[in-house]
Amino acid sequence: MSALLEIDQIGISFGGVKALLGVSLAVARGEVVALIGPNGAGKTTVFNCISGLYHPQQGRIVVDGREIQGLRPHRVAQLGIARTFQNIELFKHMSTVDNLLLGRHLHMRSGVLAGMALLGPYLPAAREELRHRTRVEEIIDFLDLQAVRGERVGNLPYGTQKVVELGRALAMEPRVLLLDEPAAGMNLEEKQDLRIWIQDIVALFGVAILLIEHDMQFVGDLAQRVVALNYGECIAAGTPAEVRAHPEVLKAYLGAEAVA
Amino acid sequence: MDMKRSYYEDLRLFDTLPLSLWLGVAVLALAAAPAVFGNYPLYVIGYIAINVIVALGLNVLVGYTGQISLGHAGFFAIGAYAVTMLANAGLPILPALLLAGLIAAAFGFLLGLPALRLEGPYLAVVTLGFGLTVETIFAKAAFFGGATGPAVPAFDLVLVPGFSREQNLYLLIVATAGLSLLAVRNLMHTRVGRAFVAIRDSDIAASCAGVDLTYYKTLAFAVSAFFTGLGGGLFAFHLGQVDPTTFNLMLSILFLAMVVIGGVGSILGSVLGAVVISLLNLKLKGLKMADFEQLPLIGHELAGFLGRNFMETGMANIQFIVYGTILVLIMLFEPLGLYGIWIRTKRYWRTWPF
Repeated sequence: MSALLEIDQIGISFGGVKALLGVSLAVARGEVVALIGPNGAGKTTVFNCISGLYHPQQGRIVVDGREIQGLRPHRVAQLGIARTFQNIELFKHMSTVDNLLLGRHLHMRSGVLAGMALLGPYLPAAREELRHRTRVEEIIDFLDLQAVRGERVGNLPYGTQKVVELGRALAMEPRVLLLDEPAAGMNLEEKQDLRIWIQDIVALFGVAILLIEHDMQFVGDLAQRVVALNYGECIAAGTPAEVRAHPEVLKAYLGAEAVA
Repeated sequence: MDMKRSYYEDLRLFDTLPLSLWLGVAVLALAAAPAVFGNYPLYVIGYIAINVIVALGLNVLVGYTGQISLGHAGFFAIGAYAVTMLANAGLPILPALLLAGLIAAAFGFLLGLPALRLEGPYLAVVTLGFGLTVETIFAKAAFFGGATGPAVPAFDLVLVPGFSREQNLYLLIVATAGLSLLAVRNLMHTRVGRAFVAIRDSDIAASCAGVDLTYYKTLAFAVSAFFTGLGGGLFAFHLGQVDPTTFNLMLSILFLAMVVIGGVGSILGSVLGAVVISLLNLKLKGLKMADFEQLPLIGHELAGFLGRNFMETGMANIQFIVYGTILVLIMLFEPLGLYGIWIRTKRYWRTWPF
């Protein structure tokens, strides 16, 4: 099975700080790969390189046979890559529905003039709004967000905001979904819901998911493969059980003395 | 109540019956005004309506897209000069107005380019520089009529046969304001407006969701400049002259004050802010010492104090002291402006008498 997202030896440094030193990984359609590692290992930097916020100085990032390193974020998004953020980046003055509708941005067409002329339900801009609104409501049903549909997302509890962010990424109908600590700050019940949603997303839409997560239980339940980073380098890769038992991983998390 | 039966109800222009009724009343009243009022009330309403157009335009940029501008008097001036010179060149008034808006929009696009890299105070300084440059160029260049400005051609558009020139101009201004209101309101409910707000709330997330920041930031500047230029074009006819010293920094601040006092990121707020500031401006501008004398109780003392400490004839520019005070109070007590007060009043009455 050829990989949908393939990262090949990417490296990036900020001034003298080498954040990533030749990181490689691959995610196939319908696969969940987890990226783990201690704080500062470079996990989020990998995400930022993929989504075009950073431009890696070495290596290649390939999506479906197309190199994307160096593209600007909205161009990357056009290729079907959606993400969530570690420290929630929602449009906090907008409602849940509007946040998700923004996720439909790439699938909509109406420009300034069409938007201004929206007068009745039969004009193109309004018809387009309604069509995409239907899709958004499907996602709202899927993620159980009905109760907060019209709520300003800035007022929602943390766990719910994380779900809205997942919903916005889903509304983009991505081929690759990058989830940056989706379960952080969630209680047990919310984590279970999230796990089932992620499994459903993979099963229903065949999305490739790359996941950063610290909760090893959560990772073990979801991911087929795990890649461990430390100081910008891959230190281990394999099944969750293999990586959890890998001496380098133990050393990174617990220190050399604890392993010895 | 709040039950909705179709998604279209979220897009609908008038979401409640009372609102549609009140808007209907307002439209009828404005349409009937020329038949009832003399020229001065029409002049005042026209002045307010022009400021409504500008406040809407500025709110698109400041309130919705989260970019600051201290140079909107520049776009206003560009609109006024463009319409005057196009009309002088023989273009009919309506196309001249539209073209003037588009010219202002083109300059808005150009000013939007530095905004891609600059934020907050840095952008404020760039737009400030833009406003001052425009003002100076218009005031000094012989091509633009120098210090006296170009002569504005007579307003010869006839919307209703039999109406006077002032009545026709009034109708054009108020209709343009109504259409602008509708256009901006609709824009904010669709794809482009959502992208603007998304950029304001989190530009990183917006770009990762496929919003091209370059395009939408410059677009926001262009849309904002278009309405401001349109307002400037109408202003040229409204005043009947184009005086380059009008388009100074204080005017930019005045526009910004309308947006902030009315309510940042709110259509209704733009209207309320424009109405309040316009009326204050008209009322306070012409204050004379005698007006202070007429105030009850403190009038005589106040006039004496002002006479001793300020100008002998009265207080020039007292309106700016009042705006300053209002701005400080609004920021302290109601950051959402008049719109915030409106929301709270509405909420109170909805549950009244409980």
